[in-house]
Amino acid sequence: MTELTDALEAQITRWRTWLRRQPALRPEDVDELEGHLRDQIAALLEAGLAGDEAFLVAVKRMGRLDAVSREFAREHSDRLWKQLVAAPEEDAASGRAARREIPVVLGLAVAAALAIQLPQLFGHQFGESGFYALNASLFVLPLLAGYFAWKRGLDRARCVGLAGAFAAAAVAVNVIPFEPGGHTELLAALHLPIALWLAVGVAYVGGRWWGNVAGRMDFVRFSGELFIYFVLIALGGGVLTAFTIISFEAIGLDVEGSAQRLILPSGAAGAVIVGAWLVEAKQSVIENMAPVLTRVFTPLFAGLLLALLAAMAWTGRGVGVEREVLIAFDLLLAVVLGLLLYAVSARDPLAPPDLFDRILLVLVVSALVADGVALAAIAARISEFGFSPNRVAALGENLVLLVNLGWSAWLYARFVRGRGPFAALERWQTAYLPVYAAWAALVVLGFPPLFGFA
Amino acid sequence: MNIGKDLVAASATPLVLAILAEGDSYGYAIIRRVAELSGGELQWTDGMLYPVLHRLERFGYVEARWATAETGRRRRYYRITSEGTAHLAAQRRQWQVVDSALRGIWTGMRFAFA
Repeated sequence: MTELTDALEAQITRWRTWLRRQPALRPEDVDELEGHLRDQIAALLEAGLAGDEAFLVAVKRMGRLDAVSREFAREHSDRLWKQLVAAPEEDAASGRAARREIPVVLGLAVAAALAIQLPQLFGHQFGESGFYALNASLFVLPLLAGYFAWKRGLDRARCVGLAGAFAAAAVAVNVIPFEPGGHTELLAALHLPIALWLAVGVAYVGGRWWGNVAGRMDFVRFSGELFIYFVLIALGGGVLTAFTIISFEAIGLDVEGSAQRLILPSGAAGAVIVGAWLVEAKQSVIENMAPVLTRVFTPLFAGLLLALLAAMAWTGRGVGVEREVLIAFDLLLAVVLGLLLYAVSARDPLAPPDLFDRILLVLVVSALVADGVALAAIAARISEFGFSPNRVAALGENLVLLVNLGWSAWLYARFVRGRGPFAALERWQTAYLPVYAAWAALVVLGFPPLFGFA
Repeated sequence: MNIGKDLVAASATPLVLAILAEGDSYGYAIIRRVAELSGGELQWTDGMLYPVLHRLERFGYVEARWATAETGRRRRYYRITSEGTAHLAAQRRQWQVVDSALRGIWTGMRFAFA
């Protein structure tokens, strides 16, 4: 085999890199084509051509690469439905890391599944004690953060910091003397995962949280995709559980209780880790789902809100002032914020505003107006209610979301009218992320003493 | 002479199978053999051979394996299977029919080209 010059090798590498990016070609196919190219070049060099001439002729005879890859795609259309679990293949070093990743992920998933069972050994029944509700996220999220700490190669100081944060949270929720079954306990159970999610985010971005707009945006994307994967896995798990119960019932064994006690919590805990890994593995492989769902539901929600506002204006009915109404509006704002976030995360920041941006702006503004009406009604009569922990939590959440959406609407309106860059909206959303965690932490740690642990 | 795209595509399968029936081979050598057989008249776009080989592999007409050549380069060698041999025989009969039909009419048209 004739030795090729460095320049020729560099040209072949570039050619190969282009081929590697073609989804219809496997690395093996690229190897085969590269072997062909090298044979051709060797023959042409032997015939007396200079190196770059030989390369040009060989490449020319190979044919237009887009046509060749299209032909491959026709033959292997299955490959365009990319294999979900296939780890993205890169160079040899990251290939080894990808192979090590599967045992790590499975190990963590099994660890999460077992960890969540541990308290049952000490008499805490799943679904019956406040212990589970309070601590559930502490059995899973540290492992998830650990996965990202491992994957991103987090330095020791930050690992210790994250472990400290989780440990502090674990100690705090277990020493606070909650009144069993009280409101503050339930609120703490609901808000602890939100607060801890920030710690997962810090691990996700490899510890570079401050000023890392792109990294935080990736974390937002990751969160949405993980949610979708989790729901999908949960659906499959539900079918599995149902079949387990039915098939054991067929042979006269009632396993419903143990299935709910064992499969449900362990499956959910493991699914978080496996889902996170799937999101990581396929982020470059498949079109992301969250932005697609956003596109579908944004116009629908905008329509719903406009209809609601029109009905309120037409009939002159105000909103009721029960607590449920406040919670309903919290959820509405959260959904609108989610739609906004995923629209922002999937948008090309440099593209000019289009119809979808206007629909999104209509959605945000109408949500703000509807929420404003609800808040005004509640604020007018808040003194009658007194300040119960639930009301304060719901009201606080509403304000946190309202501030975000209000400023987002302002930035979005500027962008749509061509007065400001889209990046400003991105910066605002990513900068706001810690606020959710801070508010959640306040509910977990501050509310119990404020409201007498009731 | 520029041979039409459809004819190139149609003749690819019997040519590749016939070349492999001579003995196991790999892509580059198959292309060389085609050029040799046609006196350089039949020019394939090299890259297009591989989807054809992969299609034949999917149909089970050929088998592929990676092996290291004496030059030290790894190559994907193709071998014709018994299904491939049967398919080649069928293709051969079809091409003979086409060939003899064309021959029959072209002998009669000799004067037209003179």
